[in-house]
Amino acid sequence: MEFTLSEQAEQFRSEIKRILREVGTAEVIDRQHQTGTFNSLEVNRALAASGLLERACPGLGRGDPIELWILFNELDKSGVGYDGISVALLAAGVINHVGSDLQKQTVIPSILSGETLVSLGYSEPDHGSDVASITTRAVRDGDEWVIDGAKMWTSLAHEAQWILLLTRTDPDVPKHKGLTMFLLPMDTPGISIEPVRTMGSERTNATFYDNVRVGSECVLGEVNGGWRTMGVALAFERGVMGGTASGVSLVRHFHHWARGTGLLDEPIVRERLARIAIDNVVASLLTQKAAWIAASGGLPGLEGSMVKVFATEAYQKAAAWCQQMAGPAGLLHFHEPGAAAEGYVDYDARHAPVTTIYGGTSEVNRNNIAERHLGFPKAR
Amino acid sequence: MDLSLSDDQRAIRDVFADFFTKESPVSIARAAEPLGFDDVLWTRLLETGAAGMAVPEDHGGAAATLSELIVVAEELGRAIAPVPLIEHLVASRLHPEPDIVAGQGIATVALRPADADGVWRLVPGGAVADVVVGVDGNDLIAVRSDPPGRAPRNHACAPLADRPARAGRSGRSSAEVERTVIGPASALAPALDEWRTLTAAALVGIADAALAIGVDYVKVRKQFGVPIASFQAVQHAMADLPILIEGARLLTHKAAWAGDRARAGLRGTIDIDDNEIDDYPTLAGMAIVFAGQAAAHATDRSLHFHGGYGYAQEYDIQLYYRRARGWALVLGDPSTECLGVAERLFGPATAPATGR
Repeated sequence: MEFTLSEQAEQFRSEIKRILREVGTAEVIDRQHQTGTFNSLEVNRALAASGLLERACPGLGRGDPIELWILFNELDKSGVGYDGISVALLAAGVINHVGSDLQKQTVIPSILSGETLVSLGYSEPDHGSDVASITTRAVRDGDEWVIDGAKMWTSLAHEAQWILLLTRTDPDVPKHKGLTMFLLPMDTPGISIEPVRTMGSERTNATFYDNVRVGSECVLGEVNGGWRTMGVALAFERGVMGGTASGVSLVRHFHHWARGTGLLDEPIVRERLARIAIDNVVASLLTQKAAWIAASGGLPGLEGSMVKVFATEAYQKAAAWCQQMAGPAGLLHFHEPGAAAEGYVDYDARHAPVTTIYGGTSEVNRNNIAERHLGFPKAR
Repeated sequence: MDLSLSDDQRAIRDVFADFFTKESPVSIARAAEPLGFDDVLWTRLLETGAAGMAVPEDHGGAAATLSELIVVAEELGRAIAPVPLIEHLVASRLHPEPDIVAGQGIATVALRPADADGVWRLVPGGAVADVVVGVDGNDLIAVRSDPPGRAPRNHACAPLADRPARAGRSGRSSAEVERTVIGPASALAPALDEWRTLTAAALVGIADAALAIGVDYVKVRKQFGVPIASFQAVQHAMADLPILIEGARLLTHKAAWAGDRARAGLRGTIDIDDNEIDDYPTLAGMAIVFAGQAAAHATDRSLHFHGGYGYAQEYDIQLYYRRARGWALVLGDPSTECLGVAERLFGPATAPATGR
């Protein structure tokens, strides 16, 4: 094994660091926390302008495959919210895998320019982990499709130009075989958005689809082939498009604060920080492996599940430890005097719970490992 | 960046996977209890050239890198082979005398300095080694003395023993203790990091073997009319293990890679704020902690899902369970290892602990 980055990859990393330092300012981060929209157009544009989104796009990147990991690892560590970039690049990867030439020509360039965002419409009010049971319907009407239903957790739908929408197109076949994925413009008449506020400050959305009419050019992948398209999307999402290095900024914020208070001299604090640091290194290595596979044109369905479970559960443990070690100061929000690590300890403790839920719960990912890696029978 | 085995690593793995599969099935480890040493296996192992692998060519060795040696160690762990090869590899680099390079003499390393009586306590491989390398006072020394050939009965059935670092209060006469000073005490530190890295690799092997045994068992064991592998409670508890094992393997490989760089005179970096850590001693400490955790967890889960049979001596999983703990714990409390890691990451504590 070789752990040295190529010179090209090192340059790529330095360039991202430079841009994030310049554009991802404390004001930008603060605004994200205030608005709950963890996306900043100026960051996306700056990365795109330097060609960095294009280089890291899965299956499209012309650079060193490890650049996909580098991009999201640097974003993760910086503390700048990048939800828009991860979903957009994920969508670009899916479109590249299964999309039509028209979709590739129209949507991918606008994503790589940093101007366009995509939202993911999978879950519904009554269908989460069992996503193959969704009931949002798409019915053929001449050359058009008519879509009716509702989606939950459509984060950034209020900013996005496109949505990946999972629909039921054949209710008379087994549930996995009657699904179709659409890629449709968010300004299509009949789509409405309601904000959903969360414990971690993030604003997400419920979206509603009422007699939404689109042409068949909006089908992404095959009609009734939505489950395969979904598999591609999930393989890119889990463990590849960021979200596996949250513990790094937590340690950074915590240890600087703890040094100032004297807490960093306590053996129990030092032991726990060392254990968190070990988990952070392991999460990074597992992520590198999954991202390498995705960037090289493969689908790291199993590797992504593995790193997602590990990194998010380690982050939850780390966030809980840091809040406990900080004591009451770890309860205080940003901008409150005396807040541990300027409020990051409280923020991470509020944010961590969602990480084992979104993009596939730990349970769904463990099912995946049990069935695909250990060869165990389906347990449900 | 390439996280797959190199061609050389693959070739070495194939040779030693084949060797341990043929020469050291689990029955060998079982038959070697309670001492934890099989001299026939050791003799066979010498035919592969393993004993001199770590030694530079000008001392007659094969000059293998640490990145290559960990591949051997993982296979040794997978077989829980009753030979002190890891200790021998580490000691042979410090003291490459001809009989040690050839493996006719077994060498080992004392992980802690000699005590006030001039005794190294509970040296791994100490029950059978002809030469012990370790710290006594300000010196790193090699001591030849007769091995006791027996070990205090212990959890892992490991060939541990107390060994004399000098004559006198250790109860040995100077005729029985042949001392050679080979360097300052500080020269032991890189050797301990090699031991940590190699032992971490062996623990990965133990964990992987325990997972395989557990997976096979739950697929055939039926309760309530179905294989217990069909229960989600069992599946999810087992699904954690390949994650920990792969993570431990990657971390151990990174430590070994850093070790090879350090040996070539390259200094690693420690940037905790950026999670850029390629400092060898830091990674070696991390690897032994994490691999120890992975092996303890994997053997625990696998034993547990054997039900009562897992607890029975007749079943093999208990052999792995005990070694997963014993092979790691000869170094000391993992929490102390974590404090060592913290010191490199954050610097020393600047004030005595207040106890809050």
